[in-house]
Amino acid sequence: MSREYETVIGLEVHVELATKTKIFCGCSTQFGGEVNSHTCPVCTGMPGSLPVLNKQVVEYAIAVGLATNCDITRHGKFDRKNYFYPDNPQNYQISQLYLPICRNGYVEIETEKGGKKKVGIHEIHMEEDAGKLIHDEWGEVSLVDYNRSGVPLIEIVSEPDMRSAEEVIAYLEKLRMFIQYLGASDCKLQEGSMRADVNLSVRPVGSDKFGTRTEMKNLNSFTAITHAIENERERQIDIIEAGGSVIQETRRFDDNKGESYAMRSKEDAQDYRYFPDPDLIPLDVSQEWIDKIKSEQPEFRPEKMERYKEEYGIPEYDIGIITDNKRMADIFEAATAICGQPKKVSNWLMVETLRLLKEKNMDAVDIRYSPEHLAALIDLVEKKVINSSVAKEVFEKMFDDDTDPVKYVEEKGLKQETDSGAIKAICEQVIADNPQSVADYKAGKEKAIGFLVGQTMKAAKGKADPGTVNALLKELLS
Amino acid sequence: MANVISDETIEYVGILSKLKLDDAQKEQAKKDLEEMLDYIDQLGELDTDGVEPMSHVHPVSNRFREDVVTNGDEREKILKNAPEERDGAFVVPRTFD
Repeated sequence: MSREYETVIGLEVHVELATKTKIFCGCSTQFGGEVNSHTCPVCTGMPGSLPVLNKQVVEYAIAVGLATNCDITRHGKFDRKNYFYPDNPQNYQISQLYLPICRNGYVEIETEKGGKKKVGIHEIHMEEDAGKLIHDEWGEVSLVDYNRSGVPLIEIVSEPDMRSAEEVIAYLEKLRMFIQYLGASDCKLQEGSMRADVNLSVRPVGSDKFGTRTEMKNLNSFTAITHAIENERERQIDIIEAGGSVIQETRRFDDNKGESYAMRSKEDAQDYRYFPDPDLIPLDVSQEWIDKIKSEQPEFRPEKMERYKEEYGIPEYDIGIITDNKRMADIFEAATAICGQPKKVSNWLMVETLRLLKEKNMDAVDIRYSPEHLAALIDLVEKKVINSSVAKEVFEKMFDDDTDPVKYVEEKGLKQETDSGAIKAICEQVIADNPQSVADYKAGKEKAIGFLVGQTMKAAKGKADPGTVNALLKELLS
Repeated sequence: MANVISDETIEYVGILSKLKLDDAQKEQAKKDLEEMLDYIDQLGELDTDGVEPMSHVHPVSNRFREDVVTNGDEREKILKNAPEERDGAFVVPRTFD
């Protein structure tokens, strides 16, 4: 390569909002319903049906706009984007072209070199999702499920301000953090509730003109996004170095093959013939409404991290992991408020919770156990009702189905033997059964006590406090 | 007759609207469209400086729905609108991305 190239990247991020109903009708947005069971005349585009805007969609969009430093459009409306495709029963998608709800924002990201950088947000607009096509493998037809048709989306369009895959990931993580903290979406890339299209071009370092860009779709993980960016950068540089020119096109990335290919260009040019949707009433956003949404904004991660440092005195490493996801942070705060043991709560989150999440391939937003139950479990250990290995077992059960640990310990008879007479009897039996270890211990082999403790715990079926057993044995052998 | 619709334009409009027009229909459509554009050009005679573009004819705004599920499962009824139905889905001609 004779020249150095700079990569210029802008993103279009679609986020599925966490509303209970669709954007323009009272159909449920719940996942996993029977095919077409969440449909009505509005979201199947029947003539004469009329859309009515879901207020919560506007509030989520404004909340995301405020978190990303956007200007909120005071007078807005919706427009029709016309195209023919069977996943879109109206033959138009209701979107916002002329007056998007949020404009001119930015998010600040941390760069590799430890610096900070602003990534501009051109606009955020509200729109509806399309239905899902199911292709019949052997038939001559396609099948359409309109359950997703009309599910609310916001599209966040960045400025072409990113220069590397690392910056793109940092930007996406920042957006995801804001949106998850706001409760506006769970932002799961794998499940499609957050989707990123990458617009990328290259240019010689020092040039201030943009090269021809391509758009890449179908990127459903951070790894796929990173691969696609690196791959597309190389592809464009190769074309330019060979004296060719990059064609502006949409490409689909195949993560299995690790390469992208041009999507069949439609014979007809993309001409969406946008016009204002006459079925929808314009939107007037008052300053009071904006102020109200602003006053309800949660504490975001940077402020939370600061506060945790002062308030809880737990290590920064713990704080980083706990505040990475709002669900974790919420559990941490609520459980700590009950049991008053921040470090203990943190340990359960950092060790057992993370281990089980990874093992079960789950996301932190899916944690099911309640902070009350975690606090109760910590209390059981603290009061020596159960020991720590039994606690792990109880926690696993709690993690699966939010079992009440107090009841569970009671029902399964997992309580530690607190009757010192009974423990003492077991210790005496163990001493009598293991003369060799006793002799070793008496001869100065400190380690032999460990074996005796183990035998005692085993005989007590794990329901004894190892510390107490240790002390008792030493006492008996002295 | 100030506006002239070219053959390319009528071809393109045909593609966008998924219509197949024969030559006679194309000529008729060109004539109709030209007349429509001429008629609309009359609006250009008005002075609209400083006038906000109108987005809706009624002087109302902010009609919202609360985020409450009001529709039940009416799949049976909805599917009656499908040209053809299979396994609860609308059947359409084979379509690929």
